[in-house]
Amino acid sequence: MLKIIKLKVNGKVNEISIDDRESLTDTLRNRLGLTSVKKGCEAGECGACTILLDGKTINSCIYLTVWAEGKDIITVEGLATENNDFLHPIQKAFVEEAAVQCGFCTPGLILTTLELMNTGKKYTREETREAISGHLCRCTGYENILNALDKIVGPEKS
Amino acid sequence: MYDIKKIHQANSVQDVLRIIEENPNTKIISGGTDVLIKMKERKLKDVEIVSIGDISELKGISIDGNGTIIIKAATCFIDIITNADILRHIPTLAKACNQIGSPQIRNIATIGGNLCNGAVSADVVPILLVLDAELHINNVNGEVRIIDVNDLHTGPGQTSLDDGKEILTEIHIKKVNYQGYGFDYFKYGKRNAMEIATLGCATGVKLNEEKNKIADFKISYSVAAPTPRRCRSLERLIIGEDVSQDTINLIKPENIEELKPRDSWRASKDFRLQLIKEIGRRTAIEAIRSQGGM
Repeated sequence: MLKIIKLKVNGKVNEISIDDRESLTDTLRNRLGLTSVKKGCEAGECGACTILLDGKTINSCIYLTVWAEGKDIITVEGLATENNDFLHPIQKAFVEEAAVQCGFCTPGLILTTLELMNTGKKYTREETREAISGHLCRCTGYENILNALDKIVGPEKS
Repeated sequence: MYDIKKIHQANSVQDVLRIIEENPNTKIISGGTDVLIKMKERKLKDVEIVSIGDISELKGISIDGNGTIIIKAATCFIDIITNADILRHIPTLAKACNQIGSPQIRNIATIGGNLCNGAVSADVVPILLVLDAELHINNVNGEVRIIDVNDLHTGPGQTSLDDGKEILTEIHIKKVNYQGYGFDYFKYGKRNAMEIATLGCATGVKLNEEKNKIADFKISYSVAAPTPRRCRSLERLIIGEDVSQDTINLIKPENIEELKPRDSWRASKDFRLQLIKEIGRRTAIEAIRSQGGM
């Protein structure tokens, strides 16, 4: 059934028409052009479609768009600065640590890092390994990703 | 696009009950991490659903005057894992919840969903079985039925809930069932995350004052029978025995009447029998140690 809803994405409220059977992944990609939200397994396993919903990471592929009305959605596009000339510190860390190869898992991982960063806490390597367990990366072997996370939320180096 | 015929939005428990009564075969959906996957797998087709994920009266954790811990059914796992009362009184429940899916799943999936889904492998069930949790189930006539969680599961994916008439609203854990007990849960899987249990085991142990006898013992397994279940035959053998390796060695499939593990593509029956012995003993020892024994 066609439905018109207000969706707050990256700080901006969009009034859009949607099919109430569609997933949030489809809405974000196809109706709002936010293609950082990737379609991987579409079954909640690979984490490529991860977004922040009210500050928490969820798999947007197994979430209905109609449930998101009135909630706050952040995608990687929301990390851009006004002039789009600076990378977000998390993006910068991923570049510096060569944590990106094919790039398909990267947007999701960046948002998981953002969720951790927003807690203001520091995380050990063991904790960051656990924190990214909902993301599959078939290229990097995860080590460089964890190095990038260390730069943002890792324990202070003495 | 999900194969959904109609989506009902409910704002209260009463709303949900009215909707399921007026629209037979309407499926209750909370976090959606099981129900939507079933639609993807075409096990559910052309269904009407009623969303309960945003009903505030179905969310939250509290302790009443008698020390009973009350977890509302649509409480997300992340809120259980990080709850100070749960961490203080039943840290093993937080540990079990923390082994479900991935962080993204735990941010949205709910404890009530894990129960009502009826999965043989549900991670939260074994520990709730040994906690003798009480389930509060509201029906369309405005009544509240209270059942022992041990009576919930009736078969693989099946529960004693009357789908067209009832909704699970609260999980109660009484003080007598957690105070003075040590618990442990072990999930055996082939990897550490995003895993469905090959076998799971929870134990609860109460020791006497001298810490040398077992005053009470509870043990439950998942994926070892058509439903997750308590093993009272084994419990009877162990209660009253000395805290010793000989007592621990009583934990073996030959002493357990309730279990009936089978071959599946995840593991063979023989391997599961080995796991029943091995992780049963490990969790029992861990629970005893947490109480200062052995």
